[in-house]
Amino acid sequence: MVATLPTELDPSTAIYDEVLPARQPWSRVIKKGQILRIIDLQANQAVDTLFYNAHDPSERYSAPDTVVRQGNIFITTGTQLISNEGNVMMTVIYDDCGKHDTLGGACSMESNSVRYGLHKKHLHACVENYLLELSKYEMNKRDLVSNVNFYMNVPVSEDGTLEIVDGISEAGKRVDLRAEMDVMVLISNCPQINNPCNAYNPTPIRLIVWDAA
Amino acid sequence: MVQTSVLPSAAIEPSLILLDEKLPGGAYWHNVIKRGNTLRVTDLEGSQGVSLICYNADNPIERLNVADTAKIQFNAFLKKGMVIYSDMGRILFSITEDTSGYHDLICGCSNAASNAAKYGESDYNNSRNNFLKALGKRGLTRKDLMPNINLFSRVAVHPNGDLEYITGCEKPGSFVDLRAEMNVLVVISNCPHVLHPDTVYKPKPIQLTVWRSPAPAPDDLCRTANEEAIRGFINTDALFAQM
Ligand SMILES: [Zn+2]
Repeated sequence: MVATLPTELDPSTAIYDEVLPARQPWSRVIKKGQILRIIDLQANQAVDTLFYNAHDPSERYSAPDTVVRQGNIFITTGTQLISNEGNVMMTVIYDDCGKHDTLGGACSMESNSVRYGLHKKHLHACVENYLLELSKYEMNKRDLVSNVNFYMNVPVSEDGTLEIVDGISEAGKRVDLRAEMDVMVLISNCPQINNPCNAYNPTPIRLIVWDAA
Repeated sequence: MVQTSVLPSAAIEPSLILLDEKLPGGAYWHNVIKRGNTLRVTDLEGSQGVSLICYNADNPIERLNVADTAKIQFNAFLKKGMVIYSDMGRILFSITEDTSGYHDLICGCSNAASNAAKYGESDYNNSRNNFLKALGKRGLTRKDLMPNINLFSRVAVHPNGDLEYITGCEKPGSFVDLRAEMNVLVVISNCPHVLHPDTVYKPKPIQLTVWRSPAPAPDDLCRTANEEAIRGFINTDALFAQM
């Protein structure tokens, strides 16, 4: 196997390189062996991400299987993202942020009404992004499970206290994911303006895909 | 010396009991708990964990969301006074009593591979397959399966994120009361927690009791616990405005 250090990956050799504006959904099939890079362009953007087997979307990312396999609630370099069938979907081959959240899930209109006030219900939310993007694949809410929040910091204390706190990411931090099967990646570039995970300010991210080495 | 019970209000007035059955280790159970009734799950002999999922029985596209349950209440462990949120900003169950104190929202359920790794090749039941069997009988499929809750399970999260299963918290006789806040389809799988270290498969029986519990008072702990719970109940009660 060719050992290409992620730091050496040259964007000029990529097959895809786009900026995803704040608040927007995105999806793409990342073929086995391809590498997806997510760059946090302006720091502390929450990138809510789900993964599906591109050939059978009833196989999908499983947060509990992923944390149990790792024995750890955070995602970082070396973490394998595990499906509900126990298969490795993607491997984190490079991460210079340090940790990413597996517990917080996505914001939704309905959870925002509870978290921030009934009058906050009609703000834009990740679940809305997910549903619109999933509709292209004839998928719906049955296909939503707890997701990965890249660049989001959600520590848990010994007594279980959980907080969504200020991010630890910085502008230019990146995570590289290698597909271990053909994976449909679904992203909501979180529009959340009510909590510190976004520094109250949703910002764009950059997505780059390289072909298998 | 008289030994007083440490269990609060353990006894249920017999005339209030609607359904009462023992579930053997390894088995599963599914039922609809009507709004206002309470499901008591009792750990009879020192459980190794009990996995639970639940849905709005009237419209199962609405279901348990463990991420919302944790983040809305700022806690990854369930306790008395907390509620179990659906993915629609509504409340499925209130935890009106709990003498265990240890319930896990993080680790999901056992499956064939985790059983094989722990117990060797065998046909022991696992929670994932139990869930799928129950869902099948309700016309639901693996697309309807979501991350679950584990009752009677203590999993510590260390500051670096490492998970550690803490044994020795099993207390025969401890129980948790789940008051249904809508009509709830609940599925229970009585299989060991995926991280329970025992390498011999010996899940213990539990008791499942459904009873006609008192209507919530104005100062009900779960309904008044915090601003979020109050809003969650406004959303939930609106479901029943036309009844
Ligand atoms: Zn969001």
